Amino acid sequence: MARVTALNINGKKTEVDVDSTVSLLSVLRDSLDLTGTKYGCGEGQCGACTVLLDGQPTRSCVTQVGRAAGKQITTIEGLEKDGKLTPLQEAFIKADAMQCAYCTSGMLMAASALLAKTPRPNRDQIVEGMNRNICRCGVYQRIVEAIQLASGQQVATLGPQASPPARSHIQDLDGNREGEDACASSTTKL
Amino acid sequence: MNDEFAPQISIEPERYELFEASKYNFDLDRRDFIKTFGLGILFIVPLSRTLAQQRGQEESGRARGNNNVPNDVGGWIHIDEDGAVTVLTGKVEFGQNARTSLTQAVADELHVPMSLVHLIMGDTDLVPFDMGTFGSLTTPMMAPQLRKAAAAAREILIAMAAQQLKVQPADLQIVDARFVNHDKSKTLTFAEVAKGQKLVKVIPENIAIAKARDWTTAGRPATKVNASEFVTGRHRYTSDLKREGMLYGKIVRPAAFNSTLVSVDTKAAEVIPGVKTVVDGDFIGIAAPSPETASKAVDAITVHWKSPGQPSNAELFDLLRKTTEQRGRGSRAQGSIADGLNVADKKLSETYTVAYIAHAPLEPRAAVAEWNGDKLTVWTGTQRPFGVRGELAEAFHIPEDKVRVIVPDTGSGYGGKHSGECAIEAARLARGANKPVKLVWTRAEEFTWAYFRPAGVIDVKSGVKTDGTITAWEFHNYNSGSSGIQIKYDIPNTDIQFHQSNSPLRQGSYRGLAATANHFARESHIDELAHAVNMDPLQFRQKNIKDERLRDVLQVATKGFGWGKAKAVKDRGFGLSCGFEKGGYVATCAEVAIDRSGKGDPIVRIVRVVEAFECGAIVNPLHLKNQIEGAIVQSIGGALFESIKFQNGNILNPHFAQYRVPRFSDTPSIEVVLVDRKDLPSAGAGETPIVGLAPAVANAIFNATGTRIRSLPLAPNGISTATFSTPSGHQASAGGTSTL
Repeated sequence: MARVTALNINGKKTEVDVDSTVSLLSVLRDSLDLTGTKYGCGEGQCGACTVLLDGQPTRSCVTQVGRAAGKQITTIEGLEKDGKLTPLQEAFIKADAMQCAYCTSGMLMAASALLAKTPRPNRDQIVEGMNRNICRCGVYQRIVEAIQLASGQQVATLGPQASPPARSHIQDLDGNREGEDACASSTTKL
Repeated sequence: MNDEFAPQISIEPERYELFEASKYNFDLDRRDFIKTFGLGILFIVPLSRTLAQQRGQEESGRARGNNNVPNDVGGWIHIDEDGAVTVLTGKVEFGQNARTSLTQAVADELHVPMSLVHLIMGDTDLVPFDMGTFGSLTTPMMAPQLRKAAAAAREILIAMAAQQLKVQPADLQIVDARFVNHDKSKTLTFAEVAKGQKLVKVIPENIAIAKARDWTTAGRPATKVNASEFVTGRHRYTSDLKREGMLYGKIVRPAAFNSTLVSVDTKAAEVIPGVKTVVDGDFIGIAAPSPETASKAVDAITVHWKSPGQPSNAELFDLLRKTTEQRGRGSRAQGSIADGLNVADKKLSETYTVAYIAHAPLEPRAAVAEWNGDKLTVWTGTQRPFGVRGELAEAFHIPEDKVRVIVPDTGSGYGGKHSGECAIEAARLARGANKPVKLVWTRAEEFTWAYFRPAGVIDVKSGVKTDGTITAWEFHNYNSGSSGIQIKYDIPNTDIQFHQSNSPLRQGSYRGLAATANHFARESHIDELAHAVNMDPLQFRQKNIKDERLRDVLQVATKGFGWGKAKAVKDRGFGLSCGFEKGGYVATCAEVAIDRSGKGDPIVRIVRVVEAFECGAIVNPLHLKNQIEGAIVQSIGGALFESIKFQNGNILNPHFAQYRVPRFSDTPSIEVVLVDRKDLPSAGAGETPIVGLAPAVANAIFNATGTRIRSLPLAPNGISTATFSTPSGHQASAGGTSTL
């Protein structure tokens, strides 16, 4: 079977010696220890393994390494330049666009590709561009906001907004509530 | 957990949490500590006295207080010679951001910046015993313990600094991690105080901690403490770890559940270079130099299994009823249901069902196991590091002190990673191969061989007067569980029971446990009662709820949503639900649109969700909001389309292509309103925000279409095919409510 002996990863020529039918994901993770790219399903369904091949978001788990040879491969490890985070990475932190963060690498790669193609995407474009990536923790709204933020758009909802309760939250020493009048009077009294 | 109903429940609310008895023996040996941590000062919060007494009484050593929650929450804080603050806790980080919130708590009491505080979590050789990270207990139980340790540490360090500086302790303050006197003429760093020390200080139980009003670091938004590790891909999850000489494991799975091995031939696999096969009873596994070789080796094995005939979805709900215990558990009846129904103007009797669903954490189960002589070290993503240590010790007949479990920050769990099966499998392969072995379950394995959220059947019988007063409430839950089964509606006649059944599938903990099922049934039924007496669902709830905290979240959510301002029109409706669980109060409003534009059945789109949540004093409003938003999105799956299909011991949809989970396009506009109660202790928030969406959406679908769907998922393939089998000939599909 054909062997692959060199790959261009994050701008660097990297020597390998692998069967061309092995998945790109396995070569990155197991042969080259580039473990930022994740296994989520092995079936191209969740997007955790997303890398860029010549700028195109690609499911590395279902891509044979032979198909990546000769192309520019960009992984999550290749986003940072000289130890500086990209605006997109910064925006993910600022928007708190992660919980367990296992999907984050794939999300960042998919979002990088989206922004390269559509520098100021609206919500619908982001949903369309990102919809093949799963975040099981459900932080989609924050990822949308992070992408908007990274593309220089205003994000009104960013930042926590704790609202005062309907009644005052202060309980005095007698246990009586203050500010009962703060509650709307539409209540049907028993 | 100031849950007034808890004492009524004769079984633990976390029935499905699958505890192992712990044999942990706390041994205060100073030399051990110094060997582990080096010089400096170690502050220890011992296990509570309550626990010590229980240990004396309970042979099993299972530590459960009167409120059915674990009491053994130890936390340690170490100040090293460089002045660095290390917190040691048995809690683990699965995405709920406990690493951040506990850092806030310690920084707050110690009067140091968060950046100075580092947490070591879930390493059984380094951290004090902990029952596990579940039940939304980290915030209400671990945070106060660490606060005590930090508060005491602060006072002791100030006293030590005062002695060195020859000033009164009262003259010193901690400013920017330095001890400073009133005119700043004398200062000392943490490092200077800890230099050369070999101290172990045990913290008294009664130490005072800061009130929420006086918090300076907690109570404010903080982003994930180690977020840059994740956005760069640098963080190493278990599945990313590599050890010297490590092999890759793979398991040969049985043909179906409950199978027994008839024969196995591994010869063809063994001739593949580097492959080690392990056959031990019904366990068949491979360790190989690469994942590809391991897969090839598995394919080369010839194996025959014997599998018994097993049930399928079609008979599930009948089965749960048939195999259940007659007299349920979990409640004291109050008043008389018969009397309550007699005085009612309208009576309803309905059945609700929920499907098995999967946690589907994006990082599947993974473990790296390594033997050094008779000592076993396993890295694995489990919510119960000490529990899994016990499982490993038992599986290999070795003492627990010969097992070390280390839990790297993990790719989520949602209650699905309590058990140690992957750790045991990796350790068995490592012993067979005599080399470290990494085992990462495939997605299909995770969908098949993990455990599921319990399916359930719930019967509700009720009575209501035309003025909206609920007079009777009889509620039987078969198999889902008892979490969230109790009510905050003031009803004079109630009988609320949970009946355990024999589940045909392996079931276990899940975010919120049965609270989602019980809230779905209750809040749907309440909506049906409101409809039966022509009352607005909000007014109906307000009429029957006295509890102020619940009334508050209802008020806040409906105000934010603009409840009552827009009227339902065909295919556009609004729904409401409310509830409480694990110390948190939640109210959820949902707007749905029915989309008939496609060729198939009409699709339900959730357009907008407003959820109000109150869990006492807010620790980190940013992460709290994030948790609530995430819970809403995750619950969309269970509400609309997630359902495990099974037949004859096989899972029929063990792939993301077949098991649909919520995606970007399923996400509605979400508004979260936080209610901050600084006068109340903080409760956990990882679970309860998930319970409100399903009933709110079911009620909104009824509002939009007049179709009442009483089964989760509500609309797996669109709305009109959302028919489902219900037990005993009930047809619980469309069309309002049936009267008795």
